[in-house]
Amino acid sequence: MKTENQKAWFFVLPVLALVAFNALIPMMTVVNYSVQETFGDNVFFWQGLDWFQQILRSDRFHAALGRQFLFTFLILIIEVPLGIAIALSMPRKGFWVPVCLVLMALPMLIPWNVVGAMWNIFTLPDIGLLGYFLNHVLGINYDMTQDPVAAWVTIVTMDVWHWTSLVVLLSYAGLVSIPDAYYQAAKIDGASNWAVFRFIQLPKMKTVLTIAILLRFMDSFNIYTEPFVLTGGGPGNSTTLLSIDLVKIALGQFDLGPAAAMSLIYFAITLLVSWLFYTLMTKDDLN
Amino acid sequence: MAKITLSKLRHSYLSTPKSDSDYALKEIDLDWTDGGAYALLGPSGCGKSTLLNIISGLLVPSEGQILFDGNDVTALPPDQRNIAQVFQFPVIYDTMTVYDNLAFPLRNRGRDETTVHQRVMAIAEMLEVTDMLEQKAAGLSPDNKQKISMGRGLVREDVNVVMFDEPLTVIDPHLKWKLRSKLKELHQRVKATMIYVTHDQTEALTFADQVVVMQLGEVVQIGTPVELFERPAHTFVGHFIGSPGMNILPCELQHGAAVFAGQQIMLEGPIQGAAEGQTEIGVRPEFVSLADHGLPATVTKVSDIGRHTVVECEAGGCRINAVTEGAAPEKGSAVHLAFRQDMTRLYVDGWLATAPANATGEQGAA
Repeated sequence: MKTENQKAWFFVLPVLALVAFNALIPMMTVVNYSVQETFGDNVFFWQGLDWFQQILRSDRFHAALGRQFLFTFLILIIEVPLGIAIALSMPRKGFWVPVCLVLMALPMLIPWNVVGAMWNIFTLPDIGLLGYFLNHVLGINYDMTQDPVAAWVTIVTMDVWHWTSLVVLLSYAGLVSIPDAYYQAAKIDGASNWAVFRFIQLPKMKTVLTIAILLRFMDSFNIYTEPFVLTGGGPGNSTTLLSIDLVKIALGQFDLGPAAAMSLIYFAITLLVSWLFYTLMTKDDLN
Repeated sequence: MAKITLSKLRHSYLSTPKSDSDYALKEIDLDWTDGGAYALLGPSGCGKSTLLNIISGLLVPSEGQILFDGNDVTALPPDQRNIAQVFQFPVIYDTMTVYDNLAFPLRNRGRDETTVHQRVMAIAEMLEVTDMLEQKAAGLSPDNKQKISMGRGLVREDVNVVMFDEPLTVIDPHLKWKLRSKLKELHQRVKATMIYVTHDQTEALTFADQVVVMQLGEVVQIGTPVELFERPAHTFVGHFIGSPGMNILPCELQHGAAVFAGQQIMLEGPIQGAAEGQTEIGVRPEFVSLADHGLPATVTKVSDIGRHTVVECEAGGCRINAVTEGAAPEKGSAVHLAFRQDMTRLYVDGWLATAPANATGEQGAA
């Protein structure tokens, strides 16, 4: 038997230091704010768990949380099947492969605030290409600055446009890793296209799909920039998602205590859902 | 089960093949009888997998026909040919149980569950996997996975031919032998035509009644393992089969006799045909012995391979191997080599050009 050598921990130290500065220390500041009240000048009063109670009981938080879950649910239910469908219809080899891959990657390369601004201009009823077309050519009354439904359609469409590619690229990576022999065996076994998808492609894509869904969940649940630039949370509060609401409380009203408590609750929800999802998806792999 | 006929088969992976070298398969005519065990043997890239994929229908040949029992199946897709194929890497459906894996081809063809159950149980028993039927297939060891993919082929009672594409590649050495004898046993039980593709001569020679040796897209020789060993039709076969392979010695012809390094070498019989081109003597190491007189040579290396000793000698600038039993000479010593006459053949441009002495009467005119 070899004796265990603990020196490897030293290699982890730099990372630990880095994480401490960019995550742990800022995070602890938030924890600090969440249990105290301050009126400036670095004077703090102990508040206990009051802010947490206040947030958890507030209708405003419930509404924002509901909108957040709705948004995430909608984009996942659209992006995942759509992404898989696009990945399945992409060529596996030949000249068009790089073309498709670059085209797919393009939306993801655009900065988030630019995406928001693009879609804002794109959908303006009088000057935007899409907005003008819908209102003046098709005669559909569409104005996301006035109509909550139009605003929702717009932010969901924007997210689908921006992020479906991620699901496509990850699914595609899973698909191309399937050896030809599997398809050949399936042909010989007389499997239908559906059976090939269900018993070969989907199982082989499962790992990458789990990652894709996890990433899309976390990203969409924490989304801020795009809807902020596009709708600013309006009309009214109709597209005020959790992060937008949080910034309103923290920077708009300067209620640092409640905002800090809300951040922690927000973080806990994201963590919990991600953990649940990942555990459920990978529990079969263990046995 | 069926007789398989390949007629004037050619295949190129290019859309417009120009020369002969553009063809992965060059004009193949073959007849495989019902219920036989065949092996396709050749080095990587010789076209054996291409040929297999053409028979299974995964590839459509550029030219020629494939007939099953006289019916043209060239244009039929794999699922309508009633064939089974076992691939190099075991293909199993990970998310299904072993039972569902075996039942899959039958269920796809709409058989009722009673038949499915009956067949699956029978095949599972034959493959000795009955106790794993309820397990998830993903957790099996490679050899069991390979058994399951074999079982998926055998489960259909009307299968025409079962094909194996280097099925033992990923199997542990000590299990290879077991699985190989299982295969042989299965062949005797189900009596289906089986084609086994491999580059491993041991696998081919132990499995098959008839071995088809391929090189560069061509069939070089078809024969029983004994025929391939004793009378290779081509120097390639002599070299490829056997360990070590056949000794191939460039020689000159003088008045109808073969001369190597100034010594006349007695051949098995008369030379057939014009004998123009590159002439070589072929004799297997097993038929070369150390003698008191004969071809003078120097021993360069002696390797003990267990029951035999391989003595590597040098004569006339060529390496000659001899397989001997008993005491071997020292390295560097001078010896004389004797070739067994009835096993010494002449090859012209690679192809066998001598006939056995007793067959001259019939073949003299050739």
